[in-house]
Amino acid sequence: MEAHDDQSPAVCRECGALGVGAGACPACGSERRAGHAELLDLSIAHIDCDAFYASVEKRDNPALADKPVIIGHAGGRGVVTTACYVARRFGPRSAMPMFKALELCPSAVVIPPDMAKYKQVSADIRALFDKASPLVEPLSLDEAYLDLSPGVRRVERPAAVLLARLARAIRREVGITVSVGLSYNKFLAKMASDLDKPDGFSVIGRREAARFLAPRPVTALFGIGQATAARMAAQGITTIAQLQSLPEAEFVARWGRFGRRLAGMVHGIDLRPVNPDRPAKSVSTETTFARDIRDGKALAEALAPLAEGVARRLDRARLAGRTVVLKLKTADFRVITRHHRLTDPTGRAETILRAGRALLGRQADGRAFRLLGIGVADLCPAEEADPPDLFGRNHNL
Amino acid sequence: MKLTIERAALLKSLAHVQSVVERRTTIPILSNVKLEGRSGQLSLNATDMDLDIIEAVPADVVRPGATTAPAHTFYEIVRKLPDGSQVEIEHDAESGQLTLRSGRSKFSLACLPVEDFPVLSGGDLPFSFALSAAELKTLIDRTRFAISTEETRYYLNGIYLHAAASDGVDVLRAVATDGHRLARVEITLPDGAAGMPGIIVPRKTVAEIRKLIDETDGEITVSLSETKLKFAFGDAVLTSKLIDGTFPDYERVIPADNDKVLVVDCKSFAQAVDRVSAISTEKSRAIKLALEKGTATLSASSAENGSAVEEIEADYASTPLEIGFNSRYLMDILAQVEGESARFAMADAASPTVVREVTDGGAIYVLMPMRV
Repeated sequence: MEAHDDQSPAVCRECGALGVGAGACPACGSERRAGHAELLDLSIAHIDCDAFYASVEKRDNPALADKPVIIGHAGGRGVVTTACYVARRFGPRSAMPMFKALELCPSAVVIPPDMAKYKQVSADIRALFDKASPLVEPLSLDEAYLDLSPGVRRVERPAAVLLARLARAIRREVGITVSVGLSYNKFLAKMASDLDKPDGFSVIGRREAARFLAPRPVTALFGIGQATAARMAAQGITTIAQLQSLPEAEFVARWGRFGRRLAGMVHGIDLRPVNPDRPAKSVSTETTFARDIRDGKALAEALAPLAEGVARRLDRARLAGRTVVLKLKTADFRVITRHHRLTDPTGRAETILRAGRALLGRQADGRAFRLLGIGVADLCPAEEADPPDLFGRNHNL
Repeated sequence: MKLTIERAALLKSLAHVQSVVERRTTIPILSNVKLEGRSGQLSLNATDMDLDIIEAVPADVVRPGATTAPAHTFYEIVRKLPDGSQVEIEHDAESGQLTLRSGRSKFSLACLPVEDFPVLSGGDLPFSFALSAAELKTLIDRTRFAISTEETRYYLNGIYLHAAASDGVDVLRAVATDGHRLARVEITLPDGAAGMPGIIVPRKTVAEIRKLIDETDGEITVSLSETKLKFAFGDAVLTSKLIDGTFPDYERVIPADNDKVLVVDCKSFAQAVDRVSAISTEKSRAIKLALEKGTATLSASSAENGSAVEEIEADYASTPLEIGFNSRYLMDILAQVEGESARFAMADAASPTVVREVTDGGAIYVLMPMRV
């Protein structure tokens, strides 16, 4: 981020008033201000709720406010879904096995997730987003991109002002805090929102983007996971600066189609629009076992309720899928996914289950699995699925 | 082993045998063809562990012996040798190399020990009967299009062959279905087939048998047990495992009382379906058939392409009916009807339709309508 100098415009995060330079807000006197040379020229935002599930629980039980709170299933094999900021000081993080989190933070209050409640809170926040812009792209229950460009935003005020008001509205009306990232594209907006959590407001401008990215590890880039990072490391590339020095042709040669996008990204270019109707690409569900399961029959049985869950969600969304995807995680955390393409799309639990079990049969060889999941991809409208069958619904004769 | 063989004869047999070999296999020996030179012939053998073809070709054997060589490479080489050439094949047990000489070309291929080559043939095959090439062709051609490709319904991934009684006559019946359409064809039960178990012949086996039929004019001897099947065609013998599953009770999905009867000229109807279906989407291939006393109309529409309507000449005397079909399935069936006209017997837009030839009752096709 650019230094907040005396000539830069700044927005008051309390009252939304615009001003110039550092210091207290001339309108309300608050010290909570965000300034940046390009503040008034940036319109793409990423808003991320801070420790969302934990924040909701704290909101509903003020006695927890200063206590370390961990959302997740206690005991056995549960993992941390969310750790509040108090708990994070001791080390617990999302996706950490619960027993480990509790070793680090024995005093933590563990609360099982209440998804129905979080969905409701998410919908309340979404309603506030919708008042700011018609172009809202939710990424999950607790984060979304907003396009607040002139002509798009519902109120003709700079995006920074709308965002300050929005964060305040969420704090006051919903009762949780969010971190705001403001930039000129989605990728940098998302990076910005992560810079100053919790309750943050960060800005990344065009002029500083390349410089901002340079020292960061390649994994900071969207689309670079462990595997790609390892391959890059093998080629001696660990920082974005190293990527910035490569000619564009080299990106395509080394990383194919993804390389083309990557070439732009390292220089702060991301042309993806904020897409409000990004359709679901797959519908899936998974479960982590209380104890590792080796037995093929037990795994096959555990698959049934999951397949039913997928079918229920497909039904609700009036969707069906043609490719059944099975997911397994071994005891040593290796993830295995296997696909089966059906001759016709399906929305039925029994068809999903049958394909899933066939895939499972080839994997269940006595290895211990800690997680089992199933889903469908290649989605299509439900009307195109499950053509009438001579042998009826239960043709598994 | 050392022998000389005519390229044309070798190529023909090799073509049959190598097509059994899977392109991707994790067991190296399964990529190889077994070659055995003995008493005036070269026998070629390939297997994928489920299906095994062995074929003998006359050869001038100088030194008997056996080995295995990479099937696809061997085939490619023989295929590219000039027409009319002679091929000398020599295997040196010491170097483990197979040498192919023809004209000015010489190839050396790495071999794997013949002892490691799996043997599928064998086992007791208690039922045995003979079929003419024409009969076997009928049973296969008129049913195989309906074989399911859905691997999870593995018991539908083949042709169900069994003995049955049709109007008091003993018949050998072939049935295939993918749940959307069903084909049932029968011939008089051959001697020796009475009491045979119902067997499901895998799709790949069906395809290989079909290739061999075209080059046979004589009788084919079929031997089988509950788990294996053997076809002996003159010089070639194909042995296959059977699908271990239960074929569904197909009889109960063939409606007997469908009373709305449509008779069409097969060829012109198929052409009309083909034309109208040009408009239906690649995905659904849906086509609508609207029937009223004396008239029949085919139509299709799609949001992307537009619409098509064609009136067809048809004989229909029942109450009006609108019914949808998958046009490709319809054409598959019409292509198999041998007579000039086909008879469609329908009940309603949601129940299976029965299609048969007007002149011959031997073949029955069942087609599940589509929602249109």
